Amino acid sequence: MNHQVSVVLTVAGLTLREASRRRVVLALAVLTALLLGLAGWGFWRLAQELTSGEALVAASQVLNLVMFGLSLIAALGTAFLSGPTVAGEVESGAVLSVLARPVRRWAFLLGKWLGLVVFGGAYVLVAGLALCLVVLATVGYWPPHPAAGLLLLAGQTAVLLTLSVLLATVISPMASGVVSVGLFGATWIAGVVGGVGSALGNDDVARVGTISRIVLPTDGLWRGAMHAFQDPSAILAMGPGGEAFPFLSISSPTPVYLLWAVLWTAMVFGLAAVVFARKDL
Amino acid sequence: MSAAGESFPDSPAVWCSHLRKRFRRHQAVHDVSLQVGRGEVVGLLGPNGAGKTTVIKMLLGLVTPDDGEVLLLGRPAGDPAARAGVGYLPELFRYQPWLSAAEVLALHVRLSGADVSAAEQRDRLDLVGLGARAADRVGGFSKGMQQRLGLAVALVARPSFVVLDEPTSALDPLGRADVRDVVLGLREQGVAVLLNSHLIGEVERVCDRVVILERGRVAAAGSLAELLGQRQVRLRLTGLTPAAEQRLARAGAVHRGGDGPDVLTLSLAGGGSDQDDDGERSDRAVPELVRDLAALRVDVHAVEPVRVSLEDRLLGILRGAAEDRAAEDRAADERAAQEREARR
Repeated sequence: MNHQVSVVLTVAGLTLREASRRRVVLALAVLTALLLGLAGWGFWRLAQELTSGEALVAASQVLNLVMFGLSLIAALGTAFLSGPTVAGEVESGAVLSVLARPVRRWAFLLGKWLGLVVFGGAYVLVAGLALCLVVLATVGYWPPHPAAGLLLLAGQTAVLLTLSVLLATVISPMASGVVSVGLFGATWIAGVVGGVGSALGNDDVARVGTISRIVLPTDGLWRGAMHAFQDPSAILAMGPGGEAFPFLSISSPTPVYLLWAVLWTAMVFGLAAVVFARKDL
Repeated sequence: MSAAGESFPDSPAVWCSHLRKRFRRHQAVHDVSLQVGRGEVVGLLGPNGAGKTTVIKMLLGLVTPDDGEVLLLGRPAGDPAARAGVGYLPELFRYQPWLSAAEVLALHVRLSGADVSAAEQRDRLDLVGLGARAADRVGGFSKGMQQRLGLAVALVARPSFVVLDEPTSALDPLGRADVRDVVLGLREQGVAVLLNSHLIGEVERVCDRVVILERGRVAAAGSLAELLGQRQVRLRLTGLTPAAEQRLARAGAVHRGGDGPDVLTLSLAGGGSDQDDDGERSDRAVPELVRDLAALRVDVHAVEPVRVSLEDRLLGILRGAAEDRAAEDRAADERAAQEREARR
C-alpha cells in the first residue's frame, strides 16, 4: 500500500514535469498574458468612460467575462493535456513498461489525475489572482470573496478534467478532449438557458439549467465563482432580468451542491479507474 | 515493499496453464501452457499473429486472460508485487520523450520500489551503450537507441525474470550481438529470460529451451536437443569392407544415395547431442568411428556434420501444423457433408 502511495506521487510529479517540459506552461503563460493585457486595456478604458457607480457594475460583469475566458483556457488546456497523458500513452505503448512494474492501475491513474488537478488548479489560482490585481489597478475594484471564487474556479477545472480522464480511458486522446470541452460548453449554455427561464418565470426552461448543473457540476461551480467575484450591487442594478445575464450570478452554491460536486468527481474517477483496470493494453 | 519473487525462490519464474484470449471476433490465444524455470533462458518462436505478444502480456498482467492461470515468480499475475522482480522490454517500446535517459531509469527504479544507486543505474546505461547519452532527452533518440534504453529499463531494478519481446527489432547487427551478450550475461547471473524473437539464429544461440506457438497454440516445446533431434554426419568413403559396413551400422542408421555413389548419411545412434558449457558437442562417437574406419583400411575422404537448424525444424513444425489443420478442416467438411446426406 505504501508503495502505491509513492507510485501516485511519482506519477503526479511526472505529469507535472510533462506539462512543463512539453511547453504547456509556456503556451498557457503566453495566452494568459495576452488575455490579461487585453483585459487591462479594456478595464482602463471602462474606468475612463464611466462614473464610479457604473464602473463598479460594469467591472463585475467584465471581470466575470474575463474569468470565463481564463476558465475556458484552463478547461481546454487540461482537457487536451489529459488526453495525451492517459490515452496517448496507452496508444503509444509508453504505459506498458510502467504498468509492468509493481504498480496498481488505479494508483497510476490517480497519479495522473492528481498531477493534472495540481497543474490546472495552480494555473487558475495564479492567473485568476493576476486578473483580480489588474482590475484593482485599473478600475479600483476588488471582488468581495476572491479566495472562494478562485477555489470554485479551481474546482470547476478539477471536475472537467476528471471527466476528460474518464473519457481518455475509453476513447482516443483527441476525441476525449473534444468531447469534454463540448460537454463543458453545452452545460454552460444550458445554464444560460436556465437563467433566462427563471428570469421569465418559466419553470420548465429553468429546470434545464438545474438538471445540467447536476449532471455536470462545472456550470454550478462556475456560477458560484461568478457570485464571489461580482459586486453585490451589480445584480440589483440589472433589475429583475438580472438572472438572464450570463456573466452575473444570483447565488453562491449550497454546501449540499459542493458535496455533490465532490461526490460526482469521486464517482467519475472511480468509474475511470474501473474501466482502466479492465483495459487490455 | 520487499523485492518480490525472493519470497518464493522454489517457484518457476513464470508458469501458466491453459491461457485463452479472444479479442472481439478473433481468438488470439487458444490454449497456451508454458513454464520458464529459475535461471532458464526460454525462446518463444512462431509466425506473426501466433499470439506471442498476447501471451507475454497475459503473463505480466497487462492483458486479462479469458481463461487460464498465471503464476509470476510464485504469485498470481494480478498481484502487483509479483512484478517487482520482473524486467520487461515491450515490443512497442516507447519511453517518455521529454525525459532524459537517466531520468527514465530513475523513474523505473522508483516505480519498482527497488533500491538501486545512481551509479548502478549509470552502469546499466553503459551496458547497453548509452552511457554517453545519459543526460540527453529520449525524444531525440533513434529507434535503435530507444530499444537499447528499453533493455536498460528492463534490467535496472535487479530483476530475477526478464521478458524481452522482440528486443532486436530496431537494432543493427552490432546491437543484436550486444543483446545476445546481455542475455548470456543474465543466464550466467541466474536470471530467467523469456525471449521472443524472429531471429531464430539468435534464439538458437542463447536459449536453453524453445516454445513454438502457432495460431494461439503451443505447436512444440522442448530443449534444443529435443527439438533438433538426431545428429547426422555425411561421409564420403571408398574401399568399404563388410567389416567396415558392420562398424558403420553399429554407429547408427545408414542412408545412401542422393549425393553420389560414395556418399552416405549416418544418423548417429543415441539420438540427442550432449552439449558442454561452450555449446560444443562433446560426443566422442564421430572421432572414434573415423579412427576405426581408418584402421579397417577404408579411405575417408570427407566427414561433414549435417546441421539440422532450428529454422528448418521450425518451418517443419509450422508446415506440419498447417497440414494437420487442413486435414482436420477437410475431415470436418466431410462429416458435415455426410450428415447433410444422412438427413436427406
